[in-house]
Amino acid sequence: MAAVIETKNLAVAFGEDGSAETIFHHLNISIEAGEFVTLVGVSGAGKSTLLRVISDLIHPLEGGIEINTPQVPSRRPIAMVFQAANLMPWRTIGENIQLGLEGIEVSDDEKKKRIQSTLDLVGLADVADRWPYQLSGGQRQRIGIARALAVEPDILLMDEPFGALDAITRTGLQDELLRIWAETKKSILFVTHDIEEAVYLGDRVLLLGGKPAEIVQDYSITLDRSKRREGQEFLQQVEMVKTGLHEAIAMTNSGK
Amino acid sequence: MKSSNRYLSSFAGLVGFLLFWEVLARSGIMEAHLLPPPSTIPPVLISEFKLGIWQAMAWASLRHYSIGFFIGSILGVTLGVSVALSPRIEAGQAWLARMLRPIPPLAWIPFAIIWFGISETAAAFIISIGIFWINYFTAMSAVQAVDRDLIEVARAFGHRGFFALLRKVILPAAAPGILAGLRAGLGQGWMTVVAAELFGIEGIGQRMMEASGLLATDVVILYMFSIALLYGISDFIFVTIQGRILAWQR
Ligand SMILES: Nc1ncnc2c1ncn2[C@@H]1O[C@H](COP(=O)(O)OP(=O)(O)OP(=O)(O)O)[C@@H](O)[C@H]1O
Ligand SMILES: [Mg+2]
Repeated sequence: MAAVIETKNLAVAFGEDGSAETIFHHLNISIEAGEFVTLVGVSGAGKSTLLRVISDLIHPLEGGIEINTPQVPSRRPIAMVFQAANLMPWRTIGENIQLGLEGIEVSDDEKKKRIQSTLDLVGLADVADRWPYQLSGGQRQRIGIARALAVEPDILLMDEPFGALDAITRTGLQDELLRIWAETKKSILFVTHDIEEAVYLGDRVLLLGGKPAEIVQDYSITLDRSKRREGQEFLQQVEMVKTGLHEAIAMTNSGK
Repeated sequence: MKSSNRYLSSFAGLVGFLLFWEVLARSGIMEAHLLPPPSTIPPVLISEFKLGIWQAMAWASLRHYSIGFFIGSILGVTLGVSVALSPRIEAGQAWLARMLRPIPPLAWIPFAIIWFGISETAAAFIISIGIFWINYFTAMSAVQAVDRDLIEVARAFGHRGFFALLRKVILPAAAPGILAGLRAGLGQGWMTVVAAELFGIEGIGQRMMEASGLLATDVVILYMFSIALLYGISDFIFVTIQGRILAWQR
């Protein structure tokens, strides 16, 4: 299988000429086509920054990123679900979802269809004509997910998309996401603070730690997904990642 | 407060004020030629209206005002937005704007007359200056305050060019601020319109000067009310349009 995302010795820094703060020095990750990869790490480690670099919102100081996706005029190769929903308040919900469809080859009919089907997916079928302020925070977050799905991306970058949701909605959306993933063969890079969620969803769990940050652990989760909500094996895997995270925190702090 | 109660209170406030004024003038506490009672105004209006003076003056002022408003607003918003978008232009204007801004519009009267003569253009020029500055600064800060996260979202979804970002994010996000500036300019314009006409350009201001020379204080008051009325109408129209454009705000 070919890698859809591959970074080579990625270096990223903020500040004038990158002098202020080095976030990554030699970061290497590789994500295979169709893989579901979850990314965990302490707050401030650089998870959001990594997603931004992959979606070409920040330019790396050094190193490169290779993205291998087919070019399809009616789709965008990469879409991002942001940590805060960031809907445009002057657009209706439908128009917000439409944002990414403007500028690619999608007919008006097809636009309407995609808006409705993604709204159905996130369980908000009849809000297309409302304004963002008329939705709750969690509902807005789900619109952010619909907006990303609407462009039918090959690569879906998700930054703590379910962080603001209650347990039941979250569980429902996790399973919905797994279903979409299985159906459409997307490659997904999913950031979360919830280790159980990371182990539940991922083929692999990447642990980002250190300063500058690197991938300090790369856990393969081989357990069958039907056995992942509970049970001894699942809990063991969760425990393993938690231990790794604590070690990473200790390492980051001593490295300062 | 319920809105019907609110209207009632506003109405009562206005009527109370007029009654108080009427009593003041009639009781002789204020001499009638210094402060004519409001009840004398409607007959004056009718006579000015029959002579066609009121219409001519209101129309002339409205013309100066509209031209000044459009020129001042368009230039102010365009330049304000440009300054906010370009660090170089921003730096270029910093001292210049600080130097020119405190000069009141009326201080430009001598130059307005030297450049344009006693003409409509001169009046419109003076009116446009105050409106320009208001729009310049509000448009500038409205654009500077645009949420960076929304720009990032637009870029992430493929809208990366300058004009795409301007159209899809910057202008809509800055619209509430820009519209507030336009509305402030709408009021500021009426304040300068009279002053701009005091030196002989046809309009409400000129008529007021004439009347005060003849101690026709009731005519002066009529035109003071006329300005209030014209402002009230223009503001009402503006707020209606503004409400439509900003329907997305809670
Ligand atoms: N635009 C920026 N300018 C300067 N520093 C930044 C900028 N964006 C992020 N940083 C810094 O980069 C580091 C990584 O930030 P990032 O948002 O990627 O963390 P994160 O892992 O997503 O954290 P969290 O889990 O809290 O979301 C932080 O130390 C942050 O202060
Ligand atoms: Mg983050």
